[in-house]
Amino acid sequence: MILFGVLFIIFFMLQATGDPVSLMVSRNASPEEIEAVREAMGFNRPLIVQFGDFIAGAVVGDFGDSLRHKQPAMDLILERLPATVELATTALFMAMLIGIPLGLLGGSNPGSLWDTLARGAGLIGQTIPNFWLALILIIVFAVKLGWLPAFGRETWQFLGITLPTRSVILPAFALGLFTMGQLVRFTRSAVMEIRSEDFVRTAYSKGLSDRQIYIRHILRNAAIPLISIIGVQFGYLLSGSIYIETICSWPGLGNLLAEAIGNRDFALVQAIAFFTSLVVVTLNLLTDIAYGLADPRIRYGD
Amino acid sequence: MADAAQTKGTGLLVDQEADQGLGAKLVYVGRLLWRDKSGLLGLIMFLTVVFSAVLAPWISPHPPLKQDLRAAKRPPVWAAKGDISHPLGTDNLGRDLLSRIIYGSRVSLTVGFFGVLIAGSLGLVIGLVSGYAGGRTDNVIMGGVNLILALPYLVFVVFIAAILGRSLINVILIFGFTDIPIFVRITRGEVLRLRESGFVESAKSIGAGRLRIIFDHILPNLLGPLITIATFEMSAMIFYEAGLGFLGLSVPPSVPSWGNMLATGRKYLTIYPWIATFPGLAIVFTGLGMNLFGDWLRDALDPRMRRLKR
Amino acid sequence: MAPILEVSDLVTRFYTFDGVVHALNGVSFDLQAGETLAIVGESGSGKSVTMMSLLHLLPMPPARIEGGSALFHDDSGTIDLLKLNRAEISRVRGGRIGFIFQDALSALNPVMTVGRQIAESLERHLGLGHEQCRRRVVELLEKVGIPGAKQRYRNYPHQFSGGMRQRVMIAVAMACNPKIVIADEPTTALDVTVQAQIVELTQQLQRELGIAVIWITHDLGVVAGIADRVLVMYAGRPVEIAPVDDLYDHPGHPYTIGLLEALPRMDAAGSKRLISIEGSPPDLMAPPAHCQFAWRCRYAFERCWNEVPPQVSVGPQHHITCFYDVNRERPRDNV
Repeated sequence: MILFGVLFIIFFMLQATGDPVSLMVSRNASPEEIEAVREAMGFNRPLIVQFGDFIAGAVVGDFGDSLRHKQPAMDLILERLPATVELATTALFMAMLIGIPLGLLGGSNPGSLWDTLARGAGLIGQTIPNFWLALILIIVFAVKLGWLPAFGRETWQFLGITLPTRSVILPAFALGLFTMGQLVRFTRSAVMEIRSEDFVRTAYSKGLSDRQIYIRHILRNAAIPLISIIGVQFGYLLSGSIYIETICSWPGLGNLLAEAIGNRDFALVQAIAFFTSLVVVTLNLLTDIAYGLADPRIRYGD
Repeated sequence: MADAAQTKGTGLLVDQEADQGLGAKLVYVGRLLWRDKSGLLGLIMFLTVVFSAVLAPWISPHPPLKQDLRAAKRPPVWAAKGDISHPLGTDNLGRDLLSRIIYGSRVSLTVGFFGVLIAGSLGLVIGLVSGYAGGRTDNVIMGGVNLILALPYLVFVVFIAAILGRSLINVILIFGFTDIPIFVRITRGEVLRLRESGFVESAKSIGAGRLRIIFDHILPNLLGPLITIATFEMSAMIFYEAGLGFLGLSVPPSVPSWGNMLATGRKYLTIYPWIATFPGLAIVFTGLGMNLFGDWLRDALDPRMRRLKR
Repeated sequence: MAPILEVSDLVTRFYTFDGVVHALNGVSFDLQAGETLAIVGESGSGKSVTMMSLLHLLPMPPARIEGGSALFHDDSGTIDLLKLNRAEISRVRGGRIGFIFQDALSALNPVMTVGRQIAESLERHLGLGHEQCRRRVVELLEKVGIPGAKQRYRNYPHQFSGGMRQRVMIAVAMACNPKIVIADEPTTALDVTVQAQIVELTQQLQRELGIAVIWITHDLGVVAGIADRVLVMYAGRPVEIAPVDDLYDHPGHPYTIGLLEALPRMDAAGSKRLISIEGSPPDLMAPPAHCQFAWRCRYAFERCWNEVPPQVSVGPQHHITCFYDVNRERPRDNV
């Protein structure tokens, strides 16, 4: 249902914002040339027909061929996908590694140094634009210090599996900063909120040790909504990598998108837009399911 | 305080509260701002940016568009070849960075402000309609809202920007419209909450008309959350504008915007890093100010303040 | 009868952004073994705060216990609850003093099974193993009247009805056979029939196990049904303490009188207006140097505005803090 809406929006936008053909050909084309292209691409057919065709194609994953690359758009997407997945996953991992523990420490010790650090980290994640950070990181780590590679993706093969190398660190860090901020903020506020809940007081009244209370009562309750947040963030990371990939020459979907836009390769742009939406929507759906399973109030709701 | 209790006669809670006039409220706000100085800091930072934008022609050392190839690619004043006439250096065409940054704030603030204005007002109206009408209207509207929210924001913003072409109006419109769903959701949430709380029922029971209910009861409660969200969204829009500019999809290259400057800076990143560094710092500064202020605002508008509103 | 708990001059204050709240201004009372003491008072009178102070359950940054003692006379000796450190108090909580909270839905961990929540206590204080725990949990659930205990211990709190949940709360509190159980408005959120069931259950368990119960409530009807003695609190101070019959028959403090008058009576001739106590709740941020009730008291006279009344005895085990003698309708002279 949503997917249909997505398709509709994409198609509609493309059509509504001007003649796609004139956007695709060079500025010096004569009217005859434009007509010829229009006919070849099928743009002179009634809109409904075009839309129907679009949907039909979308269902089977056929978005037409990319203008520039002369290959089916879908193939290009699938080719570039692993790189983006690697980037997004690493970014998520890094964000979780730093963000969650920091949020926990901050939330459990309000007013302490950890709390200040946590709030600071949350603020940093919120206020530093990831593309700028990537630029700065490149200046510092790659140019001045030469520790990390800044451009391109290197991988190594191990037992037939492609594994990342340190080339992913810089881009992933820049990409993951925002997520890290979100995770810190959420974890911190979740812990703070839960600590003041009645059942935590009950746990204390039973004489349980601080550690037991922390793990079994506080953490367990905080972990459930955390699943939601992580799922959403992962979707964000997968779909929002365009800047980082462009800056770091990372051969992923984001890069492809930027290229396609630059080349006015709209078939490809449409394909990427749809595919990304598909991924994000599916991810959200999976996250919802996971949440429903994890929270006993939903699983055994009556 | 102990004296006050005795001279007040009854020492009862009600009488003390009734004494809170406008002056007392302002003092309370002041105390809150002072206690949580980060909010004050955020406000100051934000105002700094606003003033630079407004006073740009008077405080910039050079016209932002003036190209001076002899002075091109100069580093900031503290570096070896730097010059006080160009405190933050110049870019590849010899344009003064400090001036361009100051002027760039105009673009950013305009985009942020009008974007939020559009998204907020439209979102408010739609949210009110959706929450108040309920039923199928609500379902349809929320369906649309959820649909838009489910989509990867960046991809679509870039997509649309690519189609529309470079202009300030376009950028404002893009952000203005794509951010509507957030405001709709908030407004609708508040409307629903107030409906459930029996407020509306009691108002109706004394004969208040629909519009009256909306204005007297619903809007005041909405004001707080809306302003807070508006602050954050404005900050986000400034970010996104910079991002678009970075890809060359924001305002035309002749207009000084932080995003455009970053795009230029990227090309010369490894040799003249300052061209990219300073616009970014400006963005961070603005964003930081707004976020700090927004955080403070959110905490302050919490139930604590509601005590005084009566 | 030996007192099992002796609280003297308990003072608790909350240091908040808006000022200092003097929640408790010298609370004293005692609890005898096996008896039921009801603590009555309006919101803000300090009834819950008193109990939570004893077990250090108040959030300590804003709250500070600033005076008094609470002697707990256990089989193993006497300890001052207020002076215990974290490790020591955690051994008392649950193990020797149990707590029942008001809203069972929010007082139970929503993502942990009911059985597990009871077992936690058992593991901690009695050191029971897994299988022993399970059996005792089922036993407890059966004892508090939960049907199908053998299956239901695996359920989550939201899967129980309000009354059942409260029974679970009781099971949690009683799991380790404590000497004292403090029940903080356990029936306030329940409807009347369920209320009666819970009251009955509590009394039954109390008889069986010989537990002393402190029952906090603002409902005088419940008090009449369950209490041996009653402590009436106002503005962070005890104003009257008496055996239950004495309290209802010969109330000594004007506040108590007001409370009792406010109760609508079945046997009232004709339909009279409901009588309420005039005035509003006291301001706990600026406690005066005189009787806190003076503003609302119909018997208040000059002395009431100048000094804090001491506690005086008006009968066997019956004390009030007041300068006035309601029975003789004049100020007391032996104070």
